[in-house]
Amino acid sequence: MRSDKHNNAPFPLKLAATGGLLFLHLPLLLIFAYAFTTEDKSFQWPPPGFTTRWLAVTWARPDVWQALTLSLQVASIATAFALVLGTLCAAALSRARFFGQEAITLLVILPIALPGIVTGIALRSAFGMMQIPFSFWTIVLGHATFCIVVVYNNAVARFRRMSPSLVEASYDLGANGFQTFRHVILPNIGTALLAGGMLAFALSFDEVIVTTFTAGQQQTLPIWMLEELIRPHERPVTNVVAMAVVLVTLIPILGAYYLTRDGAETAGSGK
Amino acid sequence: MTAAVTFRSVSRHFGAVKAVDSVDLAIAEGEFFAMLGPSGSGKTTCLRLIAGFEQPDGGEISILGQSANGIPPWKRNVNTVFQDYALFPHMTILDNVAYGLMVRGVDKTTRHKAAEEALDLVKLGGYGARRTGQLSGGQRQRVALARALVNKPSVLLLDEPLGALDLKLREAMQEELKGLQKRLGITFVLVTHDQGEALSMADRVAVFNEGRIVQSGAPEDIYNRPRTRFVADFVGSSNILSPSLSESLSGGRRWTSLRPEAFTLEPGDSRLSLTGTIEASSFMGAVRRIALKVGDNTIHANLPAGATLPAEGTPLTLHFAPDALNPLEDAA
Repeated sequence: MRSDKHNNAPFPLKLAATGGLLFLHLPLLLIFAYAFTTEDKSFQWPPPGFTTRWLAVTWARPDVWQALTLSLQVASIATAFALVLGTLCAAALSRARFFGQEAITLLVILPIALPGIVTGIALRSAFGMMQIPFSFWTIVLGHATFCIVVVYNNAVARFRRMSPSLVEASYDLGANGFQTFRHVILPNIGTALLAGGMLAFALSFDEVIVTTFTAGQQQTLPIWMLEELIRPHERPVTNVVAMAVVLVTLIPILGAYYLTRDGAETAGSGK
Repeated sequence: MTAAVTFRSVSRHFGAVKAVDSVDLAIAEGEFFAMLGPSGSGKTTCLRLIAGFEQPDGGEISILGQSANGIPPWKRNVNTVFQDYALFPHMTILDNVAYGLMVRGVDKTTRHKAAEEALDLVKLGGYGARRTGQLSGGQRQRVALARALVNKPSVLLLDEPLGALDLKLREAMQEELKGLQKRLGITFVLVTHDQGEALSMADRVAVFNEGRIVQSGAPEDIYNRPRTRFVADFVGSSNILSPSLSESLSGGRRWTSLRPEAFTLEPGDSRLSLTGTIEASSFMGAVRRIALKVGDNTIHANLPAGATLPAEGTPLTLHFAPDALNPLEDAA
């Protein structure tokens, strides 16, 4: 007789859960499978043959490299912006108490709650009105709007767990604002910033909607893939790139998860 | 002699709340000064004004004769032991203690040596390599003390430092703090709501209420000669006698206070007396505390634990020396 409580879920529930998980993850496996097919015009199942030729073909395509480089640059710079601005926002909103604080908190978080298409249209018309030509920097700005939120959310949670007397203790012991930030605040929020930064990077790296509204001639990697799907030419190349995107975004997200899952105790409350 | 800290009509307002309302005080160098009061009485704000975490809205603060208005906390030779200790969780105990020296640019060997010495001073020698999480509450408190003292402050501020400790530890720490202050000769400013703590440790006590100092002086004066009903009640819970009751005892129509331990059962020469019915009687260890109903008033008296008393509900006469009756300044 089994006494394992975790195995007592009714059979239909287990079936539904398994079905749900398969529905979510099988298409991902299909992407991986089609990256190695010998058929390059249509998605034929089962794949008529197995080849690793597309890895080499993808490697040799300059447009893939161009899109990948652009995406990495945009994600890096948007994340860097977000780290600075998001941390400052979190520091201000978690420590000070002032009129309208709740409203400002909402405004900071809004870009991630708004549909990307609204953010995209809003930015596009704003750029148009101010006659700012679409460029690399307009994409970065678009991505920074939601990257800031991710960094802010991670940092504000950590700031709230940090006892405010830690900062006062540092001042009291003779450290000025900069020294206090470097020796006390940064070590306490460092992992939260790393986690927020990784998530922001991953979000920016696969962003499509805001990018379509804020990009000029440049193609980030997700945009390039979208265009590539319409042209039936060397199709498995797209799948190889998709595989790479999954890996590039999965690693930072897992990293962020591991960095923030522990540490429930309040930093610096000494009793 | 220059005073360690002086306040000249210092005020600090938070919106409409006058946290500190035109306070004057002078703390002498080398003095153990206690600021005593209920929560919200302004004592902690006064401490934060000395530390520099708050700036006054009015008046003048000076530390060792120098005006401290507008000077940030990191430029004051004043250190604080925080109520929650505020030890840095990401550092070892040694780095915590050496922090003040580190930010001043003292080299590693020198500052670690000084930190070891400070830990020895608070009897925590050899604990330097540990993390804050590995220490008990009492040990963290000592680390916080060492971290402040290593900077050789001219004034050490203690914000309810013993509040989180249990009774035995608290009594031991009281003696130790007092001894440390005598030995080092540093001015200590203690903030507490515990009158026993203030009376036993301090050279001088200032009693705070509603943002003002209502009375200051030596612990004996505060305890034996409270000037107002508030002080009489807050410090050692005196009996407060109404003007009419006082008049029947001593002739003067004014509020008076009378300590519970002033009573005896023996009528002596020229002793005054109060007669009433025993309402309650409880054994407190060293004393027996009784509640005596005198007319509309309930008088509390601490009698020797071994005293033989009639049963509850029966009449009793208590005697006290006339000078135990302390006149108060409140309007009758």
